[in-house]
Order: sequence, then C-alpha cells, then structure tokens
Amino acid sequence: MSNKKTYWSENISLIIKCLAIWFVVSYGFSIIFVEYLNNIRIGGYKLGFWFAQQGSIYTFVVLIFYYVYAIGRIDNRHGVSN
Amino acid sequence: MGLQSLTLIIVGITFAIYIGIAFWARARSTEEFYVAGGDINPIANGMATAADWMSAASFISMAGLIAFLGYGGSVFLMGWTGGYVLLALLLAPYLRKHGSFTVPQFISDRYYSKTARVVAVLCLIIASVTYVIGQMKGIGVAFSRFLEVDYDQGLMVGMIIVFIYAVMGGMKGITYTQIAQYVIMIIAYTIPAIFISFMLTGNPIPQIGLGSTIKDGTYLLDTLDKIVTDLGFDEYTTHARLSLFNMFFYTLSLMIGTAGLPHVIMRFFTVPSVKAARLSAGWALLFIAILYTTAPAVAAMARLNFITTIEQPGEESNLSYVNRPLWFKNWEITGLLKFEDKNQDGLIQYDGYKTNEMIKVDRDIMVLANPEIAGLPNWVIALVAAGGLAAALSTAAGLLLAISSAISHDLLKGVFRPDISEREELKASRFAMAASIAVAGYFGFNPPDFAAGTVALAFGLAASSIFPALMMGIFSKNMNKEGAIYGMLAGIGITLLYVFQHKGIMFIQSTSFLGNMEPNWFLGIEPNAFGAIGAIVNFMTAYIVSKKNDPPPKEIKEMVERIRLP
Repeated sequence: MSNKKTYWSENISLIIKCLAIWFVVSYGFSIIFVEYLNNIRIGGYKLGFWFAQQGSIYTFVVLIFYYVYAIGRIDNRHGVSN
Repeated sequence: MGLQSLTLIIVGITFAIYIGIAFWARARSTEEFYVAGGDINPIANGMATAADWMSAASFISMAGLIAFLGYGGSVFLMGWTGGYVLLALLLAPYLRKHGSFTVPQFISDRYYSKTARVVAVLCLIIASVTYVIGQMKGIGVAFSRFLEVDYDQGLMVGMIIVFIYAVMGGMKGITYTQIAQYVIMIIAYTIPAIFISFMLTGNPIPQIGLGSTIKDGTYLLDTLDKIVTDLGFDEYTTHARLSLFNMFFYTLSLMIGTAGLPHVIMRFFTVPSVKAARLSAGWALLFIAILYTTAPAVAAMARLNFITTIEQPGEESNLSYVNRPLWFKNWEITGLLKFEDKNQDGLIQYDGYKTNEMIKVDRDIMVLANPEIAGLPNWVIALVAAGGLAAALSTAAGLLLAISSAISHDLLKGVFRPDISEREELKASRFAMAASIAVAGYFGFNPPDFAAGTVALAFGLAASSIFPALMMGIFSKNMNKEGAIYGMLAGIGITLLYVFQHKGIMFIQSTSFLGNMEPNWFLGIEPNAFGAIGAIVNFMTAYIVSKKNDPPPKEIKEMVERIRLP
C-alpha cells in the first residue's frame, strides 16, 4: 500500500514541476512579462514575441517527452511498469 | 498544364488513396470500430491525432488570423498546442488505463451514474456538432475555389468520401486515412513556406527565416513593423489583442478546451498501453508543432508580400488597379477581396486609415492566396488545395466518430438497450455514423447564421464541462456523482449564459441582451475566452456539492487507485 502512495506522490510532484515550466513559458514569458523580454533580441526576434510564437511550442514538446522519460523511471523504481 | 487540371489530378490522387485505405481497413468488431482494435503504434497514433486535431481552421484560417493580429494571434498558437501538455500529464494515460471505448463511458463508470453519462453525451454532441459544421463549410469552400465547381457539389463529393471510409472502417479506417492525410497536409503546408522563406530571406527553414534579414539587410520583422505602422496599422510584433489579461484567459480557455475535446481524447484509446498513450501525446504534439511553428512565418511573410505587392512607399508608386495581378482578380470573383477607388485616381491605396481602398481583405484567403502572391508554380498551389481538403476531411471524420459512438455506445448500449449483441451494436454504430454524416451535411448545405461563432462554443463547452469532470475523476478519490453532475451543469450553464448574453441566443444578434460590447464584459474577458472561467466555476461547484453528499462507494475508490497505476 505505502508503495502505491509514494508512487502517486512522486508522480504528482513531477506533474507539478512540469506544469510550472508549462505555465512560466506560456503565461509568464509570452504574456505577463512579454514587454520586458521584448527588450532582449535574438537575431530578428524580440524574445517575448519569440516565446509567444515559437519558444513556448518547442518547450511543450520537450516537456511531454521529458515527462514520459521521468515517469518511466519512477514506474521502474516502483516496479509498476507493465 | 493549367492550374485547374493539376488541382483535379492531385486532389483525385489523394481521394483514391483514402478510398483504397477504406477497403483495406474495414472494421470487423465493435472494438475495431470504436478503438481500431487498440493496437495502433504510438507514432502512427501521434500522426493520426495531429491530422484529427488540425482542422480547416488550423490549416486555412490560423496563419491568416496571425497575419492580421501579429503578436495578438499568439493565443491560438499557444492555446492549441499547450493543451497537449495537460492531455499528456493529466488525462490520456489514466483514461487509457481504464480502457473504455468513449469519454462518456469513463464518466459513467467513474461517477456510477447514467445521469452523468447522459449529461456528458449532451456536452459531447453539442461541442462536436458545432465544430463539424465548420469543417463541412471548409470542404465546400475549398472545392468551390479550386475546382470551380458549385459549393453544394463540392460538399457532396466530400461527404461521399467520408461516408465510404468512416462507415466501413470506423476508427480503424479513420486512423489509417488520417495518417495519409497528415502527410499530405504537412507537405502542402511546409513546401510553400520553404519556398517563400528562401525567396525572402535566403534561409529555407521558415522558423529561422522569420528571424533573419531580407535583401536590404534589415530584419524581416523590423521591416514588417515599420511598414505596417507607417500605413497606420498596429505594430506587428507587440500589439496585444484587447488586453494582456484577456489574452491570458483566452489562451487558458483554448488549452483546457483542447484537452477536453472528446474526438482528440478518443484517439488515445487506440494505443496498446499506458506508456504508449503518454508517448503518443508527445508524438502528436511534435507533428502538430511542425505546422504550428511554421504558421507564424507564413503569417508574417504573407502579410509582407501582400502589402508590398499592392502598396508601395510614396503614393504615386501605388499599383494601378488596371494592372492588378491575376490572383487579385481571382479572389475578387469570390468576394473575399474587395477594392473601391475612393479618390478616383485608379491606384490602389491600402492603409489603416479612412482613405483605405481595400475595403475587404478576408483573413481566410492568406494561406490559400500566399503561393499565388509569391508567384510559386501551379503544382504548389494545387498541393495547397489538397492539403486544405485533407485537413477538413480528417477532422470531420474524427468528430463524426465521436458523435456516432456517443449515440450507439453510450446512449443505445449504455442506457437504453444494455442487452444488445455485439453484431447489432456494430450495425447500430454504422447507422449512427451514416446519420451523423447526413446531419452534418444538412448543416453544411444550409449553414446556420451562427456557424462562425460556434467554435468558441465548442471550446467553451469542452473546457467548462468535460475537462474538469475527467480531471477530478482521476485526481480526487472523493469526488462523487452529485459533485460531477452539478459541476458540469454549472460550468456549461455559466459559459452558455455568458456567450449568449453577449452574442445572442443561438447567436441571433438581436437577442443578445447585454450586447457584444467591451464595457459589459466581465473583467474585460471576451465571450470566446470565457471557457476558463466556466471551468473554474465547474471545479468550485463540484467541490462544494461533493462535500454535502456521500462520498463515492468503496469500489469506485479502488477503481481510481487502479487507473493511477500504469
């Protein structure tokens, strides 16, 4: 029983970590702080604009694959993978 | 070879592929009809999900919207991709573990209630039907522009194709056609983008080209900003839509709505394991991201090409109307592009002031007209037509499956005739599919006045009803049926009320009792962005109601424990 409980709480904290990044790149960098970030430039892109139209999407893709990898390790450690 | 015959050939080849797949992938059991036998490879399912998800709106309308909204258009880019993170982390693996055929079936099992199932079916049908009408219209428009046939005839051809592979193959047929449709769609979208990026910036990768310099050595985005502000339009890279606060909620509504749309969730029932479901969401988003990160480049480059073709710096050097290019004339015929010579000088003046003579530039023409404006070869233009049709057909088929399985599996087998045999259910599901296509077709032939505003409703309903019910079902062991049912009803209720009071009951303008005016909006949030508020109301109502009623029975708590483990 306790094994199942720690498995679930580790999963929850992994989810919260991932969603925090999800929130920061989209709502933080791309909307709330966009004007500050626009002062920084990479090539022709203003950074805030880049996050809103490119960077946030790349981050989302990486986040899902990272979650798959990390939860897979937690699965194995708890012997719950099928 | 002429454009029209080339288009006919390319579209004809793609249709032959879809029908070939239909005969090869026939469904022989209800499991094959609803979940394609449950053994689809995660990468293949990712591709099918991407095609299922990216509709005529993503393919045709989105880049056009961004072209005119600039930074403000980012809500669609982030909203329609960020939802997959929620789907992958919060829903897909657990729903796959439960192993149901449909979304309402999970809600019914988890909340031990047929009422909850009926409420979920209702939300699903309203959300999916409003969404499918737009696809039918997209099919008709694409045909009528590119094959120069009647809107009605084009729609009829599209319906027959969907009918063949969806009725015969169910989810199995739809899955394999969607894979083919994704490939066609992504080639059709990226090839013109690569051409145009290379022509403008010398870099063939649109995502990099957008941040590069153009021929005169200045950055493309800086040039665009300067040109549009000189003409009196809003600055491209910084202008927010309405307010940043509204953008926040709009993005949130689209994300939650994306994760709650049943035709997308259903696709994750087709993979063999929980691991495969997680992985498949990653692949789906990767395949979607290829188009979604190309779209901003298409948008900015189309806007730049469009302006520089017709409006030159200095008034005398404006393009004269008599010498307007062929694409201009073609789109004038459709009525989506209109010119009025206000000052009678025979020149085309295009700006953001009262002197503007381009009295109509429909946003939807940007993607379709872009290759013509840039002067790309005819086969590229023909390919774009085939891609637009693939986008509309694949999404229509996915939605129709969600609707028909809700009717045959949830209402017929789940509620009214639980003793139905598998063979009878398979027959019923095919019949429900045929009926759904007929209903969607009817709305396609007679598009209701409210069709344009309905996508907001689809996302609003999915966000405010389905997503919270699913999420609480997994993450809260104590959520009971009362909480879930009242939560869903409250979420839908407030969202419908808000949309209708500002946009009219069933979108009939004169019945909007508060008017579609900014000062009347709650905290300045526009109706399309209200789904997130509906979801919050759903969560709060469910929490309060669940506290006042008995907790769910022991076997339900055990079921939740079970689905939490892979």
